[in-house]
Amino acid sequence: MNASYGIKSWLFTKDHKRIALLYLATITFFFFIGGIFATLIRIELLTPKGDLVSSDTYNKLFTMHGVIMVFFFLIPSIPATLGNFFIPMMIGARDLAFPRINLLSWYLLVIGGLFAIFAMVAGGVDTGWTFYTPYSTSYSNTWVIATALGIFIAGFSSILTGLNFIVTVHTMRAPGMTWFRLPLMVWSNYATSLIQVLGTPVLAITMVLVFCERTFHIGIFDPALGGDPVLFQHLFWFYSHPAVYIMVLPGMGVISELISVYSRKAVFGYGFVAFSSVAIAVLGFLVWGHHLFVSGQSLYAGMVFSFLSYFVAIPSAIKVFNWTATLYKGSISFATPMLYAFGFIGLFTIGGLTGLFVAALGIDVHVTDTYFVIAHFHYIMVGGTLMAYLGGLHYWWPKITGRMYPEGWAKLSALIIFLGFNLTFFPQFILGYLGMPRRYHAYSDEFQVLHVLSTAGASVLAVGYLLPAIYFVWSLRYGQVAGANPWKATGLEWQTPSPPPPHNFEETPVVTHDAYDYSTTVGEVIEVG
Amino acid sequence: MASEVHVETLAVREQFDTASQQKNASTLGMWVFLITEIMFFGGMFLAYTAYRSWYPNVFGAASRTLNATIGAINTAVLLCSSYTMVLAVRAGQLGRRKTIMLFLVLTIILGFVFLGIKGYEWWEKFEEHHVPGASFHLEGTPLQGQAQLFFSLYFAMTGLHALHMVVGVGIMSYLLYQTYVGKYTAEYYTPIDVGGLYWHFVDIIWIYLFPLLYLIDRHGPKP
Ligand SMILES: [Cu+2]
Repeated sequence: MNASYGIKSWLFTKDHKRIALLYLATITFFFFIGGIFATLIRIELLTPKGDLVSSDTYNKLFTMHGVIMVFFFLIPSIPATLGNFFIPMMIGARDLAFPRINLLSWYLLVIGGLFAIFAMVAGGVDTGWTFYTPYSTSYSNTWVIATALGIFIAGFSSILTGLNFIVTVHTMRAPGMTWFRLPLMVWSNYATSLIQVLGTPVLAITMVLVFCERTFHIGIFDPALGGDPVLFQHLFWFYSHPAVYIMVLPGMGVISELISVYSRKAVFGYGFVAFSSVAIAVLGFLVWGHHLFVSGQSLYAGMVFSFLSYFVAIPSAIKVFNWTATLYKGSISFATPMLYAFGFIGLFTIGGLTGLFVAALGIDVHVTDTYFVIAHFHYIMVGGTLMAYLGGLHYWWPKITGRMYPEGWAKLSALIIFLGFNLTFFPQFILGYLGMPRRYHAYSDEFQVLHVLSTAGASVLAVGYLLPAIYFVWSLRYGQVAGANPWKATGLEWQTPSPPPPHNFEETPVVTHDAYDYSTTVGEVIEVG
Repeated sequence: MASEVHVETLAVREQFDTASQQKNASTLGMWVFLITEIMFFGGMFLAYTAYRSWYPNVFGAASRTLNATIGAINTAVLLCSSYTMVLAVRAGQLGRRKTIMLFLVLTIILGFVFLGIKGYEWWEKFEEHHVPGASFHLEGTPLQGQAQLFFSLYFAMTGLHALHMVVGVGIMSYLLYQTYVGKYTAEYYTPIDVGGLYWHFVDIIWIYLFPLLYLIDRHGPKP
C-alpha cells in the first residue's frame, strides 16, 4: 500500500486498493456537488413563492442533483470503493483479474464526470435525471448532449467494474474459498455486477439514440415521424429500475457483514441471503413497467408489472428477516457501524413498504409524481444505500488506513444523520399524500409547514455529513493505531496487516472455515496456511 | 512486502498463480464483454422490432430498395474473414509466427473490403435521397416519416456495426504487431484467442443484420 508515493504512483497505479481510494475521493467530491444542489433546492422550498431562483433554474437544480447523485455517486458508491478494496481481499486474491481495466474504469468515471460538470458550468440541464423524450430530444434548450455523453462514459466505467468483479469472483478465489464460503458482501456485489453488465449497455444505447435524435432528428422518439416517445421510457427504465438494485444490493452486502460481526454470530440462513441477492438481480429486470403506469401502457401490462413488483419484495424481505434473526441471542455491541446497520434496516424497511404502495396500480395513480415518490426513493437511496455506505466506511476504515476513527464523534454523527434524515424525508410522505407534486418550485401555502420541517431536517443532515468528512481526515493523523483486526472479525481481509501490503497477504491464505464462523474461532485469527 | 516472489511474465501476470488461471480469466472476461455487447445492440433490435411490427408495409417497401446482392457479397466477405481468423488462432496454438501473421493480414484485408463495400452502399443512399433528413424521399409511399424511420435504423445499426468492425481491424493490427515482435508463443497466445472471439461476435451481428434489413420482404411490389 505504501510502497511508493508521489502523484504518478497514484495516477498509474494498478493496485485495487489505491484505485478504490481514488474512487473514494472522486465520489466524495461528487457527493458534495450533488449536496450543494440539494441545499439550494431545500432553501428555495422554504417559502411557497418561487423567490430564490426562477422556475427554469429550479428545473436545472433538481436535474443536476439527480444526475450527479445517481450516476456519479450512488452507482459507483459501494462497489467501486469498498467493493474494489475488499472483494479481492475477501476471496484471498492479490488483486482483481484485470487491474489495468480497473484503473481505466476510474478514468472513465472521471471523464464522464468532467462532461457532466462542463454541462453544469456551461448552463445546466433541465430535463430531470430521467431525460424523458420528446422534451429532451426536441424541446429542451439546455446541455442535454454533454450530460448524456457524460452518463454514457460513466456507464462504461460501471460496466467494466462489474465485468472485473464477475471474472475475479469466478477465477481468483483462494484455495478452499468455495462459493458457499464467500462472505455475503461478495455475493451481493456479484449480483450487482450481473445487473451492471446486463443493464448498463441498454442505458448506453438509449443515450446514443437520444444523442442521434437530438443531433440528426432520426425520428426514433418523434411521433411526427412515426416514432414513439414511450419507447424511450421502456429502454430507460429497463436499466434504471435494476439500477436501483445496483445502488442498494451492495449496501445489503455491507449490512450482512456488519450484523454478523457486531452480534458475533453467523448470518442466519446464509444460503437464503446469498441467493436472495441473485433473485433480486434477476427479478429486478422484470418490473420496469411500474414506472409506466400512467404513460399509456395497457391495463393488462400494468397489472402484470404491478404483480411482479410485489414479487421482488420477497427476496428483500428475506434479507430483513434473516438479519433480524441473526440478532436473536447474539452478543450485540453498539459500535458506530452497527448503528448505521440498524438505521439501514429501519429506513430501508420503510422505503420498501412504501414501495409496495406505489407498486399498486390504484395508489400509484394517486401519488405518482408527488413527494410521496420522492420520499419513497430517498428512503431507499439515502436511508438505505448511504447508511450502508457510511456504516461500511466506518467498519473498514481501520483496515484501509490503519487508524481508528473517534468513536464518540462517530456515534454522535450517526445519530444526527438518522434524526436529520427522518426529519427531512418523513414530512415529504405526508406532502405527497396531500398532493404536493414533485418538481415544482412554488406551491400553495398549506404545504409550507411541512416544507419548513423538511428544510430544517436537511440542515441537520448536512451537519451529520460534514462531521465524518472532518473526523475521518483527522483520524488519518491522530487516530488510534488500529492493528490488524480491531473488531475481531472473521473475514480474510482482517487476517493481514492494516493497511494491507501491496499484494494483500504475506502468503496466499487457505480457507478452512465457512464465512462468519464465530462459534469455533470467536474472532481469533483463523489459521492462515 | 510480499514474501512470495512473483516473477511477472506475459503468460502469468502478478495477480495470477498459473497460466491457465489467467487464460480462463481473459476468456471469461471477453465472454462477459460480448454479453454486454448483445445488450447494447439489443436496444436497437428492440426499436427495430417495435417499428417493423407497427409499419410492416413501409418497412418492406423501404427494405426492397437496399441492394441485397451487395449485402450478400459482404456477408460472404465476413464469413471468409472469420475463417481466416480461426486459422490465425490455430496457428497461434501451434506457435507458428509467420502463419499467424499471414492470416491476421488476410483478416484485416477482408475487414477493409467489408468496410469499403459498406461505404459504397452508404454513398448510394446519399445519391438516392435515402438518408434521413430534409432531402429524404422514398418513392411510392405516402408515409415518408415511417420510411425514414427504417433508414434511421438502417444507418444506426449498420453504422454501429461498422464502428465495431473498425475497432476489430484496430485490434487485429495490434495483434499483428505483437506477433511481429515475437510476443506470442504456443504457451501464450491468449490475446489472439480472445481477439478472435470478438471478431466472430461482430461477424454474427452482421449475420442477423443482413436478413433483418435486406431480406424482410424481397418479393413484394417494387416501389
Ligand atoms: Cu422501479
